Amino acid sequence: MDNRLIATSSPHIGAKDTTTSVMLDVIIALVPAAIASIYYFGFASAVILALAVGTAVGTEALIQRLTHQRITINDLSAVITGLLLGMNLPASAPWWLPVIGSFVAIAIGKQVFGGIGNNFINPALAGRAFLVASWPVEMTFWTNPGTQITADTVASATPLGLLKTSPDSVQPLADVILGRIPGTLGETSAILLLIGGAYLVYRKIMSWKIPVTYIGTVAIIALLANGFDFMIMAYHVFGGGLMLGALFMATDYSSSPVTSKGKIIYGIGAGLITMLIRLYSSSAEGVTYAILLMNVATPLIEKYTAPRVFGTGGAKK
Amino acid sequence: MNKTALTFRGGIHPPHHKELTEHKPIENTPVPEEVVIPLLQHIGAPCEPTVKVGDRVEVGQVIGESEGFVSAPVHASVSGTVKKIENRPCPVGRRVRSVVIATDGKQTIHQSVKPPKSVNLMDPDEIKRIVRKGGLAGMGGAAFPTHVKLSPPEDKSIDMVIINGAECEPYLTSDYRMMVEMPEKVVAGTKVVMKALGVVKAVIGIENNKPQAIKTLTEAVKDERGISVAELETKYPQGGEKSLIYAVTRREVPSGGLPMDVGIVVQNIGTVVAISQLFETGMPLVERVVTVTGSAVKEPKNLMVKIGTSFKDVIAYCGGYSEEPGKLINGGPMMGIAQYTDEVPVIKGTSGILVMNKQDAIIPEPTNCIRCGKCIDYCPCGLQPLMISKNSLLGRFEEAELYHAMDCIECGTCSFVCPSKRPLVDSIRVAKIEITKKKKKS
Repeated sequence: MDNRLIATSSPHIGAKDTTTSVMLDVIIALVPAAIASIYYFGFASAVILALAVGTAVGTEALIQRLTHQRITINDLSAVITGLLLGMNLPASAPWWLPVIGSFVAIAIGKQVFGGIGNNFINPALAGRAFLVASWPVEMTFWTNPGTQITADTVASATPLGLLKTSPDSVQPLADVILGRIPGTLGETSAILLLIGGAYLVYRKIMSWKIPVTYIGTVAIIALLANGFDFMIMAYHVFGGGLMLGALFMATDYSSSPVTSKGKIIYGIGAGLITMLIRLYSSSAEGVTYAILLMNVATPLIEKYTAPRVFGTGGAKK
Repeated sequence: MNKTALTFRGGIHPPHHKELTEHKPIENTPVPEEVVIPLLQHIGAPCEPTVKVGDRVEVGQVIGESEGFVSAPVHASVSGTVKKIENRPCPVGRRVRSVVIATDGKQTIHQSVKPPKSVNLMDPDEIKRIVRKGGLAGMGGAAFPTHVKLSPPEDKSIDMVIINGAECEPYLTSDYRMMVEMPEKVVAGTKVVMKALGVVKAVIGIENNKPQAIKTLTEAVKDERGISVAELETKYPQGGEKSLIYAVTRREVPSGGLPMDVGIVVQNIGTVVAISQLFETGMPLVERVVTVTGSAVKEPKNLMVKIGTSFKDVIAYCGGYSEEPGKLINGGPMMGIAQYTDEVPVIKGTSGILVMNKQDAIIPEPTNCIRCGKCIDYCPCGLQPLMISKNSLLGRFEEAELYHAMDCIECGTCSFVCPSKRPLVDSIRVAKIEITKKKKKS
């Protein structure tokens, strides 16, 4: 028996969590909002999400195959990237939009840098940014929930868009919170996204720090900029892509700080940039670029927010 | 769980599996036919043999000694004849020069073993001399010579002794059984340590998953001046010296420093029990309590084992393997050392023998780090294991040092929590070795 004993170094036991189980939890957290998008926008939404997920997984497998790497699609991270990319598209998106978006997200956003854990920006947002820059019209063709999309469908405005152009005709806040508004598939139901986020915090998959500081910063700036009008603040918090962004995109492990203090700085930074764009640029929405900018600041933030090592400084001797 | 239980920042709750042996009283094991006693069972200088092949030895007789201060002599645990003195596999993971003794079964006690005079009549130096002569070394696993811990330099003033009854390693119950079965020895040994250090305060720290031990010892110390029991939260690595000291006193052992830098000396339960034995009977450290447990041993037990008894004999006494073993560990599952053979002896630091079956021994394949940050969240030292590991794997040891690699206590918490199953603590160990090597060179 002797030569069959395994002699590895300690520890000899490990927690049950695996990369796959972590990713599965994130998918579980996203499912309610994804189902809501199908409920609100119909079959078109299901097709977009399926195309986005399918392309993401397929692209990952193909690239790993071509570059002779271990195929890691079973870790489910590509599913999340695809799902998030799909949830960032309008219901009116033509079929090739999720396909190109997911391909860019995985190929350029993730695999080029070494795959899972090595991407310095959120791949789904990289894909989205690419689509917005290339097909701005298709990417912002918002429709009301329940609209059958035909050639004659006219675009509707999102709450944040209306807030900027004609604040009087903005949708009722209850509709905004529940998701009965024009917008991307995933940004519509703030409530379901919050439930998903709470699940991830409960499961200790995600820290509360990034979402809370991010959303909190947006709320505070919205209040300050609008003479403490709580209604306008509520539209800023629930109306755009903030929930999806703060809960599921800004918290991407690879591209956000690993340190505790770093997460807080990162969240505040993302909130500041989001509001800077929403208030002072021509664009109604700023979540995508806010997160991407903070993504690239992550290594710097980590450098200056290292945790205090036990037995150094500030300690009672 | 008691909310007032003392603890530290970070740490994990691995399944403790103590139910396998916690209710099993300590049993004496029969004298084996042969013992293999390594001449290095402690951290420090190895001993030179003081016996020759063919010599007759008796229980308690010195068989190896060293001139070095940081060292501890080794003694015969059996009576019999020295058969060989040669390199043999040792549970510390390498071959060590060892004295092989064929036993005669009589267990005659060597004439040098005599009860010393009352501790009350001794001065601290005399106590330390006896502790050294008794071959005592920390019995929690690291086996640092006990007399060295009892001899802090002049400039360090020690004000408290902490007795480590945390036993935070899963599976192990040897300390627990000693606390429950021989509380008077725990107290007597603690008093010897206090006297040697000239301190008037001692705290026995016990995790609150051992209510019986807390109760028994609280009862045992109720008339003792200066000794108290502290209830600790059940959390790994609560029994790590730095975590334990912080939990009990809120003092942080400085980076690169020792417990004595914050006025503390920590002793393990097994060590104080051995000290009490030594001062009561004069018998040096020749046997210890070992928890034999795990999924592939037929009858898990707590045993009193003669130092030098092979794992094979100990496991045979527990009914043998219940199925083909996959992994054999000296110590617990978090910090124990995996063995490649069961023909290694029980040594002073063997707190447990853990036998895992094939299924439990499977090592998951590591995947990319996903930067989830769990290793940072749970590290009891406030380190960033993923950063040290990344640099270590790339051979960037200077960078690893900047991330405080040397402050790692190698508790294995990071590797335990890692969902990508990365060898974090392994690579940090490599960094520590390389950094130390470089320091020695320069």
